[in-house]
Amino acid sequence: MPPRARIACRAGLMHYGGRFDNDPYLTGRGAHVIELDEVAYSYGGGELLTDLSLRLAPGSFHFLTGPSGAGKTTFLKLCYGALVPTGGHVRLFSQDVRELDRDGIAFARRRIGVVHQDCQFLDHLPVAENISLPLAVSGQDKLAAQANLKELMNWVGLSHRAHALPPELSGGERQRAALARALILSPDVILADEPTGNVDWEMSQRLLQLLVELNKMGKTIMIATHDLSLIRAAKHHVQARVLRISGRKLQLAGADL
Amino acid sequence: MKIKLAAITDMLSVDAGADRVVPPTGFTARLTVFTAGAMAFLAVFALALSLASGRLASNWRDALAGSATLRISAPVAQLPAQTERALKILSETPGVAEARALDPDEQRALLEPWFGPDLPVESLPVPQLIEVRETGAGYDGAGLRLRLQAELPGAVLDDHTRWRKPLISAAGRLKLLGWLSIVLIFGTMGAMITLAANAALAANAQVIQVLRLVGATDTYIARAFVRRFTLRAAMGAGVGVLAGLLAVLLLPGASSEASILTGLRFQGSHWFLPLLVPLLAAVVAFAATRYAAMRVLGGLR
Repeated sequence: MPPRARIACRAGLMHYGGRFDNDPYLTGRGAHVIELDEVAYSYGGGELLTDLSLRLAPGSFHFLTGPSGAGKTTFLKLCYGALVPTGGHVRLFSQDVRELDRDGIAFARRRIGVVHQDCQFLDHLPVAENISLPLAVSGQDKLAAQANLKELMNWVGLSHRAHALPPELSGGERQRAALARALILSPDVILADEPTGNVDWEMSQRLLQLLVELNKMGKTIMIATHDLSLIRAAKHHVQARVLRISGRKLQLAGADL
Repeated sequence: MKIKLAAITDMLSVDAGADRVVPPTGFTARLTVFTAGAMAFLAVFALALSLASGRLASNWRDALAGSATLRISAPVAQLPAQTERALKILSETPGVAEARALDPDEQRALLEPWFGPDLPVESLPVPQLIEVRETGAGYDGAGLRLRLQAELPGAVLDDHTRWRKPLISAAGRLKLLGWLSIVLIFGTMGAMITLAANAALAANAQVIQVLRLVGATDTYIARAFVRRFTLRAAMGAGVGVLAGLLAVLLLPGASSEASILTGLRFQGSHWFLPLLVPLLAAVVAFAATRYAAMRVLGGLR
């Protein structure tokens, strides 16, 4: 079986195989993986976002655009429970984030892979250990984890950098390592915040291709970017909705791709 | 905050991965080991002081309880007769088990610290001392004094109360002070470890952020810090206790002279008590670090 197919197979198994079936916080599976109902978020007395409603269906692909400072990162943080809305409701896998305790949020994050523009790593650990960090924190079987890790590192083209430390990686390598880390638990959703912000065009196309492939495996993808060329490039490969944050509100930006 | 047993075992369970996620921090590591070591060293001394005070109080109580001294001051020529009369009175007094006049050698030994050896006590106007032992029921002190006053005006009965009470009280307070010192030492150790843990948590804010991002629970994150600080404190305290025991061992042993200063060594099974100090240090470090970690993590989303 070719590596990519194995990845897909494993991703499918891990997704539907009930890995979280014993998770008391996340047993409820609604039709949407992430739901926002009339969400508002205020900070320091000012309202950053208001009246946001969105439902991310399983397997959907979304781009989130908007000018710098519009609130894209804040929006993504609301989507993985790093922020609690000041108004409205955010539901992760049918659970309201306000009802989730701290462990509940942690368990929810194991089903949401997050890729940041600045790709935070533990700089004292080699790349391979950084990528397998989600496996370690979730207490995954070490042998199975090793197999997953090898295939994933091959898939993102980092197998030769397994023992390097994060500061030794180039911008593109860091982004791919961050993507691999976000994928290692085979999450249901991938949220990427400006994943191509620090890489050249060629690398951004490669990252986009990886995300498209993941979407074809059934993963829900949301990419926050101000790079319109990336969105245009994606239309040849995937059906995606383009959302725009403007004037503190979420809008559908023109026709879907 | 209620700490459940499962949470404690989970917190202390060996997880090489969890231990490795926090980078080694030389400064806080050295600070914790040194603090634990120094505090354990002091704790050994406080323990030795407390136990010695307890022994001292007990010894004084036993030595002085149930005894009295009758001092007869009279011209040298009349002293034997008055002594004989006093012994007769004492033998007739209910509650007196034994009365014995100290011989010249015993009196000389009592005076030797002040006047040196070979003091001719027989030819000096030194009062005659009679050692009185009570029965369990005791004698009527007031009645005996009245009779002595009437028959032997130069006799003074000293039942040691004047000496015994403040000495026992002082020894008791010294013992209490020792235990209070131990409590303060461990309290200080806990405070310093909390500060060191807070510093380590602040220095590793990015590590914590990354761990939260990838789905680590608070217990997982705290475990790395708690285990590290607990082991360091236990290790430091172990070294401190060994040094403290060595220092106590080098102190002069108990002797009849100046026993307050020379009786600080542990005796018998008390030598094993300091071995509890590293265990207690580990418990303090565990609680302090867990408190600090949960407090910091509770403030994050």
